[in-house]
Amino acid sequence: MAKLAKFSDPAHVIAQSVRSGQTSASDVCQKYLAEIGKKDDQIGAFLEVTTELALAQAAAVDATVAAGGDPGPLAGVPVAIKDNMCIEGIPTTCASDILGKWQPPYTATAVERLISAGAVVVGKTNLDEFAMGSSTENSAFGPTHNPHDLTRVPGGSSGGSAAAVAAGLVPVGLGSDTGGSIRQPASLTGTVGMKPTYGRVSRYGLVAFASSLDQIGPLTNNVHDAALVYQAMAGSDPRDATSIPDSGDDVMASLTDGLAGLKFGVIKEFSDGEGFEPEVLASFRRTLDKLDALGVEIVEVSLPSVEHALSAYYLIAPAEASSNLARFDGVRYGLRVDPGADVETMNRATREAGFGAEVKRRIMLGTYALSAGYFDAYYAQAQRVRTLVINDLAKAYSQADVLCSPTSPTVAFKLGERMDDPLTMYMSDFCTIPSNLAGHPAISLRCGEDPQGLPIGFQVLAPALGEALMFRAAAGVEAAVGERIA
Amino acid sequence: MTITRDDVIHVARLARLELNEAEVEMFAHQLSDILDHADKIETADTSGVEPTAHPIALANVLREDVVRESLARDVVLAQAPAQEDNCFKVPRILE
Amino acid sequence: MVPSEKTIEFEPVIGLEVHAELKTESGMFCSCRNEFGGEPNTRTCPVCLGLPGSLPVINKQAVELAMRFGLAVGSEIGRAIFHRKNYFYPDMPKDFQISQYDEPICRGGTIEALDSQGETFTVQLERAHLEEDTGKSRHVGGGGGRIHGATYTLVDYNRSGVPLLEIVSKPDIRNPDQARSYVAELRAILEMLEISDVKMEEGSLRVDANVSLRPKGDSKLGTKVEVKNMNSLRSLQRALEYEIGRQKAVLASGDSIAQETRHWNEDEGRTHTLRSKEEAFDYRYFPEPDLVPIKPDQAWIAQVAETVPAQLPAARVRYFVEEYGVPAELAGSVIYTKDMADWVESEIAAGADARSSFNWASQEVLAFMNDSAIDFVDVNLPVGSFVELTELISVGTLSKKLARNVVADVLRAEKHGTGPQEIVTQQGLAQVSDTDEITSLIREVLDNNLDAVEKFRAGNDKILGFLVGQVMKASRGKANPNTANSLVKQLLDNSAAG
Ligand SMILES: [Mg+2]
Ligand SMILES: [Zn+2]
Repeated sequence: MAKLAKFSDPAHVIAQSVRSGQTSASDVCQKYLAEIGKKDDQIGAFLEVTTELALAQAAAVDATVAAGGDPGPLAGVPVAIKDNMCIEGIPTTCASDILGKWQPPYTATAVERLISAGAVVVGKTNLDEFAMGSSTENSAFGPTHNPHDLTRVPGGSSGGSAAAVAAGLVPVGLGSDTGGSIRQPASLTGTVGMKPTYGRVSRYGLVAFASSLDQIGPLTNNVHDAALVYQAMAGSDPRDATSIPDSGDDVMASLTDGLAGLKFGVIKEFSDGEGFEPEVLASFRRTLDKLDALGVEIVEVSLPSVEHALSAYYLIAPAEASSNLARFDGVRYGLRVDPGADVETMNRATREAGFGAEVKRRIMLGTYALSAGYFDAYYAQAQRVRTLVINDLAKAYSQADVLCSPTSPTVAFKLGERMDDPLTMYMSDFCTIPSNLAGHPAISLRCGEDPQGLPIGFQVLAPALGEALMFRAAAGVEAAVGERIA
Repeated sequence: MTITRDDVIHVARLARLELNEAEVEMFAHQLSDILDHADKIETADTSGVEPTAHPIALANVLREDVVRESLARDVVLAQAPAQEDNCFKVPRILE
Repeated sequence: MVPSEKTIEFEPVIGLEVHAELKTESGMFCSCRNEFGGEPNTRTCPVCLGLPGSLPVINKQAVELAMRFGLAVGSEIGRAIFHRKNYFYPDMPKDFQISQYDEPICRGGTIEALDSQGETFTVQLERAHLEEDTGKSRHVGGGGGRIHGATYTLVDYNRSGVPLLEIVSKPDIRNPDQARSYVAELRAILEMLEISDVKMEEGSLRVDANVSLRPKGDSKLGTKVEVKNMNSLRSLQRALEYEIGRQKAVLASGDSIAQETRHWNEDEGRTHTLRSKEEAFDYRYFPEPDLVPIKPDQAWIAQVAETVPAQLPAARVRYFVEEYGVPAELAGSVIYTKDMADWVESEIAAGADARSSFNWASQEVLAFMNDSAIDFVDVNLPVGSFVELTELISVGTLSKKLARNVVADVLRAEKHGTGPQEIVTQQGLAQVSDTDEITSLIREVLDNNLDAVEKFRAGNDKILGFLVGQVMKASRGKANPNTANSLVKQLLDNSAAG
């Protein structure tokens, strides 16, 4: 079993070292670019390595340090950006043929904020086309391989960023999470992946999949780094009307508060039964035992509405996607296939050639769900189910401070294994979807591995705007799990 | 919910997709399966439940009526698959 | 026996959808400048081009203009949300339009208008909602830039994202004249409230009509036909007259009306099928997830209400009719140009004769504005001009006819700020009422027209008018006609006696 998993230096250590002038950002950058050059052929995490941009940004960081300035909390930290976020002048593909050579004339707010915090963008990473998938196999440019076992998927849709972090190609990756697309690949690659409260991080410049569910978040090696990157990105943005006003929370300060006094709620529906691999459940329980040994109070909570959550998700997300992806019509940018008849024929030929099977499937599903006569039965009903999920979670949070579950019902599966079975593939998101429907924050961190050495993820959920609490609990779990082996 | 081939063809036209024979067949099956699953959502008791559009209830998020610079035309048109007279060129439109 | 078709009298039922481009500085959801025309594709940004990753943000001023309209016409202003209206069209960059659906910003409302007979009628509004405009298509290769027969199309997205207010009436309109008057009233309201430029020719005001017929007295609505592409009030009226005639003929022949969208062809003077109901769009409306609700509270509504004038145009016409006794039609012709109406009202308040003021405004000023295609603000009409004219008439310096000429001269004066008194002085136009001066003119005229004098003496009274006319002519119009008339008579009588 080919294994390329490796930890990079933690981002906060790199930043500290660059800020203090001990290390130059340019040296850090060169080192990681070399690592990418050496290993990425086998992993396929990157769609584009932005060498020039990275070296220029690193030089700018070094110049700031040399001038006695502070480049920011992510000084010189190499980051990989999922290729559904825009960077001015760098092609954004969404791992689709339909965008052609499209180059955005603007940069996503989240990326802009990382750069102004001193981060260095080393490349754009692979994903399931338009973030639709759970394996990063639905990419027009080929799959990404899991560094823990190259014959397996890294999860998805942010599989490129997750694999890049897991292989030590970068200390930080950015992902987007619509139904679990950060947390599930984090779980399958043994990294930390975090989805903020909906509206915490601006979506401006993130190519929309499902607008009411999408959130950008970090993939890192440890909880501390995730908090650091989150802190740098979070905050209201006048360009995103759904971004929420700043709270002034300091998540960094909460990291060291420890677990004392925190009550964990184990989500009953996600901790037994069908579809869960025994090794996943066993590892999850072992982690609970460790918490218990530390004196953490653990209770069981129930979210009865999760029975309908997957259905709600697979109605809302495709419905919004069908509308969001209408603009890829061959008129203004990207691919055009023109059989030489009329504009509708051109639109249809372009979309037929430019979209992959999963994207077409979801566009079809979403168009159907919104078409005349079905709106109320499908989209509106799914939105009411969101309310049920929120109500259930509110009840659970009256019994516990944070909730927990395995992140993914399974460890990384074999490439190709689920490609012809969309329903089974959709089950990958079973434990992650409720947080998207409710808009709540959640984080996945590695709690163990199966006998083959495949990572298993532990998910911590918190109420809306509860990032500080969530990071505190996750840091506590991370410490309880103990020393990690790459 | 059974999705017929005709349903698939109708929806494909709404969605501006030109599906081939094999895809029509495949989607008829897969969409039926997925919707069979999704249809269970009907059984969720949502009487008296308001839909949630956004988890955090914001209102009146507005911008001031201020003009900012537009994009340079050559930047905009550089991305166009076809152009003429500084406009985006498309095949004829059938009404 | 089946009643003969002739015995059934049909009544037209018309509802109108009016799209008005809002007079904001920037776009509905982006910061591009909102203006007409310009070099193609010079006013676009990621948002109004629908680039991947861009997001809309609502323009506050657009919301307030919509609220201002709603408050003026008595709409209920409440929670509003945006929906996506999904359909593919090359001039629509996202292939959906952000519009409002079941929660519009203005619900209900009433428009009171005057038809061409000066009769008041009311039209209830269904709603008025905000949405974004599309880009503009130019069809190349077909006849006269028409879509039909074109070989390809060129798209300019400058207009894409311009804020629109769509005002939807209930089917309360009963004939083309009312439709025209209703739109004229709406136009005047939108102009008066400074909501829109309301230029139908530039497309900043666009009208679509829903037309059906039903047997008079029935309350059930007939099958409706949507008629599009009317580019002026006149073409609206013509299109509706044509369409009503067409539907009457279809029903009279025993056929039924097909539900469809028809296109008005101005040159041919007829409507033709654009698309049938079967081809109708399935818009797949759903709430726009990128935007959050608008929830106007009392304080905000009250603040916007302060910008609403007390009287809407139709009410103002009625007020002028009652207050000054001018005919409704005359008042209407003036009031529908808001700046001019304000000016005229202030002149009357300062002492100008109301009836004359309305006449001058309606005839000389409006004609001049139309001829030179300028707005009232650019017209030379110094404050107090009508007051001056009124005085010049009352002291006998000017006849009413001369006064009209003076108005025309003031409007055309090279130097802005030139008023009536100055024109009178410059041109030596003062009316001659001095009897000595006129008497000597009359003597001249009588001497040169001995034939006529003979005829008068022979008992032909009618010849008097001819002689007075000659006197006026000799005075180049400056003689006071009343004075001239009585003096001519007096001199003839005297000479007859002598
Ligand atoms: Mg409309
Ligand atoms: Zn714009």
